[in-house]
Amino acid sequence: MSTAILAREQPAPERRPPDRRRIALHGFLIVVSIVWLFPLLWTIYQALRPYSETSNKGFLSLPDTLTLDNFTTAWNSAELARYFLNTLVIVVPAVILVLFLASMMAFAVSRYSWRFNLVLLMLFTALNLLPPQVIITPLFRIYLAIRAPEVLVGTPLAERGLLLYDQYLGMVLIHVAFQLGFCTFVLSNYMKTLPKELNEAAVVDGAGVWTTYSRVIMPLTRPALAALGTLQFTWIYNDFFWALMLMSTGSKLPITSALNNLKGQFFVDNNLVAAGALLVALPTLVVYLVLQRQFIGGLTLGSTKG
Amino acid sequence: MPEGRRRRRRGSTLTTRDRLTLVGMVAVPTFLVVAFILVPTILSILLSFTSWNGIGGLDRIQYVGLDNYVNLFTKYRPFWPALSHNILWLAFFLFVATPLGLFFAVLLDKGIRGTRIYQSVLYMPVVLSLAIVGFIWTLQYSPDQGFLNNLFGTTSRDEHFIDWLGDKDINLWAVLVAASWRHVGYVMVLYLAGLKAVDPSLREAAQLDGANERQTFLRVVFPVLRPINIVVLVITVIESLRAFDIAYVINRGKNGLELLSILVTNNLIGEASLVGFGSAIAVVLLVISLGPIVYYLVRSVRAEAE
Repeated sequence: MSTAILAREQPAPERRPPDRRRIALHGFLIVVSIVWLFPLLWTIYQALRPYSETSNKGFLSLPDTLTLDNFTTAWNSAELARYFLNTLVIVVPAVILVLFLASMMAFAVSRYSWRFNLVLLMLFTALNLLPPQVIITPLFRIYLAIRAPEVLVGTPLAERGLLLYDQYLGMVLIHVAFQLGFCTFVLSNYMKTLPKELNEAAVVDGAGVWTTYSRVIMPLTRPALAALGTLQFTWIYNDFFWALMLMSTGSKLPITSALNNLKGQFFVDNNLVAAGALLVALPTLVVYLVLQRQFIGGLTLGSTKG
Repeated sequence: MPEGRRRRRRGSTLTTRDRLTLVGMVAVPTFLVVAFILVPTILSILLSFTSWNGIGGLDRIQYVGLDNYVNLFTKYRPFWPALSHNILWLAFFLFVATPLGLFFAVLLDKGIRGTRIYQSVLYMPVVLSLAIVGFIWTLQYSPDQGFLNNLFGTTSRDEHFIDWLGDKDINLWAVLVAASWRHVGYVMVLYLAGLKAVDPSLREAAQLDGANERQTFLRVVFPVLRPINIVVLVITVIESLRAFDIAYVINRGKNGLELLSILVTNNLIGEASLVGFGSAIAVVLLVISLGPIVYYLVRSVRAEAE
């Protein structure tokens, strides 16, 4: 089912309600949509108005001036570019790595049957559902305890002699580990829907396990990988908790977590907070608007099966 | 761990090299999940029976039996409020946000024109991180600069001042509305995918039998949605337990916004790091989350067996 949803848009079912009810439904949905968009629209409106004007005329007033000044101030004074770069350094390797590892895991458990299949899949699923706070105390200690090998000390990989704490490597690894369960679950469900004969045909052609994975199964899994990649990008980009706990240098924080520090320090009034929040939200909103089908496909892929 | 002797798929013989490839494919992701999630989970449980302030070596860890739990349940003031807030969170999500998501899904499933646009709008908050959601709603709720108080004339200059986020009797409700803004869209998309997958002939048959729309939904469609209901239920419970970011960005989870997840981190990065005590709170969180996790796993295994 999930594959079908992802693969093609289903035609709207022919269950049209009568005209008057349809108009009422439209009316209701339009009102709901406005209510739903309102918090975001209000944030945009605040961001576009200078603080001096809102404080003189009141926040609930018609604008004299609309300007992008708050955005440029937020961007420049807080040096947002740096934090976006920090995010990039974490998100890109994390997404690539989690998709790669999860696809191998999913391939092994869905295309071959062996003894620990189900146990591993269950373990992955169960751990993936845990609240991160359940593991944070020991994890924090482990991160603090793991020292970098001598050769790495002083390099960007281990500035203070620590390998994981306050290091991007540690951030990437915890994201990968924490998202592996969900990705493996989704991908193995997807791979199960591919015909079994593919493996047998590959064997007849003399292909080994690796070739079967990389040349036969992976190309067919591309739609699921695209959907999952979109979802993972957003989730890891949106992470607040891991960075808050496992990073300590303010200037190294990824953007979502940095925003909380910048508030109060640079974003002193609500207009600037609005502009800063919008700048941080922008990449996910753009990804969503451009890749909406992938986004929704990724979520439903994980739910309509199993 | 997989050994060399796996049950072989009929007809396919794996060479040693193939086996090693498969073992490698499984071993790396499994190692990450075990090392970063399973081991810390187990350590959380073990540490909860000990006392350790994180300073000094591991030899400073002392076994204290159930002391942490006794203190937690009888002396630690924020515990019961936090637990009740988590339960309230769950109840609000279960009985308000989730049904609302289902309701929107049912409306959008009628296939009227513009469904895609309505869906995009309602789903939009889901792509924002809960931290950003916190910022956006702070702009609605804040005492003098916020939208609501300016609309209702309830700013601090007015007689009936409402401090949405500062008043500990109402701030949890205000936050729940903000969090639901995001949760509703999530639930809606899951149900929408489920509804699209319902065999149209089921509905037709029910209507031929004279069932009205409501009866058709309650008696025919909703029961068929069972797998989705389970997924939504699990997601709802887990999201309620994971709630952290939004309370943290609003007031660091104090003064009416205490949550179990926040208490765990307070005991980790506060002035005094109470590793054992913090772990005991994490274990409470773990025990509560095991309910839905085990339920879900049992359901999936059963579905697999069928």
